[in-house]
Amino acid sequence: MNWASFYTVVSGVNRHSTGIGRIWLSVIFIFRILVLVVAAESVWGDEKSQFTCNTQQPGCNSVCYDQFFPISHIRLWALQLILVSTPALLVAMHVAHRRHIDQKILKLSGRGGAKDLEQVKTQKFKITGGLWWTYMISIIFRIIFEVAFLYIFYLIYPGFKMVRLVKCDSYPCPNTVDCFVSRPTEKTIFTVFMLAVSGVCVLLNIAEVLYLVGKACARSCQDSNPEPRGAWISNKFLYKVNEPNQIKSLFQG
Amino acid sequence: MSWGTLYTQLGGVNKHSTSLGKIWLSVLFIFRVTILVLAAESVWGDEQSDFTCNTQQPGCKNVCYDHFFPVSHIRLWCLQLIFVSTPALLVAMHVAYRKRGEKKDIIASQGERSKTNDLESLKKKRLHITGPLWWTYTCSLFFRLVFEAGFMYALYYVYNGFQMPRLVKCEQWPCPNKVDCFISRPTEKTVFTIFMVASSATCMVLNVAELVYLIIKALMRCSAKSPPA
Repeated sequence: MNWASFYTVVSGVNRHSTGIGRIWLSVIFIFRILVLVVAAESVWGDEKSQFTCNTQQPGCNSVCYDQFFPISHIRLWALQLILVSTPALLVAMHVAHRRHIDQKILKLSGRGGAKDLEQVKTQKFKITGGLWWTYMISIIFRIIFEVAFLYIFYLIYPGFKMVRLVKCDSYPCPNTVDCFVSRPTEKTIFTVFMLAVSGVCVLLNIAEVLYLVGKACARSCQDSNPEPRGAWISNKFLYKVNEPNQIKSLFQG
Repeated sequence: MSWGTLYTQLGGVNKHSTSLGKIWLSVLFIFRVTILVLAAESVWGDEQSDFTCNTQQPGCKNVCYDHFFPVSHIRLWCLQLIFVSTPALLVAMHVAYRKRGEKKDIIASQGERSKTNDLESLKKKRLHITGPLWWTYTCSLFFRLVFEAGFMYALYYVYNGFQMPRLVKCEQWPCPNKVDCFISRPTEKTVFTIFMVASSATCMVLNVAELVYLIIKALMRCSAKSPPA
């Protein structure tokens, strides 16, 4: 699993994030992806081979392992990281769309020199108008995915603690057999760590939502005073796709 | 399997795709290739070594494994991803052919003085999906749909559904009578299978939507061109 290229894709969106968004990305990469790769994979590496049941009955081991570990912690965390990072692509797509519109307008207005187009490519967009909504939706989806995975974790492994011994009586195990989990304490420590960092990420996302809402309110309070209504509306919906009007205003203004 | 190379190839075609095509490419790479790489080694890695049969008979385990798993899920999905990505190369070839024609025209019309600026801008130009390119693009979409559906059906047919059982009963020679054989990590495998099937279905829906969008656009263009009554 090539987390390095994954990180490159996700951090490309970083330029248009808020400060809290950048902190969130660092937390994701340093505390979650790095820890997952460096530590967790070696701790969970022998989870099946070292899962031992007190029986010679062929198949009992496999069946008991499957019953108590329907999906491994490692796969759950990797899926969680992938799904949680994906909403950032919504923002990347919106930014690409806005750049495309800007470039079209520049070309139509006759100012489409290579320099100007390059400037549009590297321009940093402010989180206003339509982009604000896209960004908010992406953060809300992030929160939903994080919480959903925390809940799934709780459903599958209630208590977050890894036990040393499980008692299994599925077919073909004769009666009830004792099965022993490998490295339970180390697994508990990493589970608690990953869940705590997940909680911190949820808090960062909630803080980012509040920050954006606060900023938008402050902006609309400022705007509501001196300017005429028409200019306020055009400011709010500056990047809505309404090209003919936009080009018209460009030529008239 | 170098998925990075495949991504570079497909990324080149992406320039000439519609927006739905670009979303399709993201879904393909983020959800399917990434999950496949994630799941492949760790979940299916020990599928044969941990396949246990309740018998000491030599050869029985091998024969039963081969009977119940003619082709591994992982190999089927890799093949599916390769086949599904290949029609995009049709589009790439058509675009290259058109650009070559335009380059020849530039050189013919300007001769020795053909500016490198013109040739460079031709290289970066984005072609609109009209005319013969529309037909090539639509054919590639159609083939993608056919391959996706074909592989989904193949997976369903070979494994009798998308769920992995814990226990299979095998009576192939040389196994004595009927033996119980146990599959490793069946629940985890079922979860990943359902995930991959759902992503495959999403890609199919995106392809159908793109096809409908292209047809509607072509019809609108035709009606715009036809003379007013």
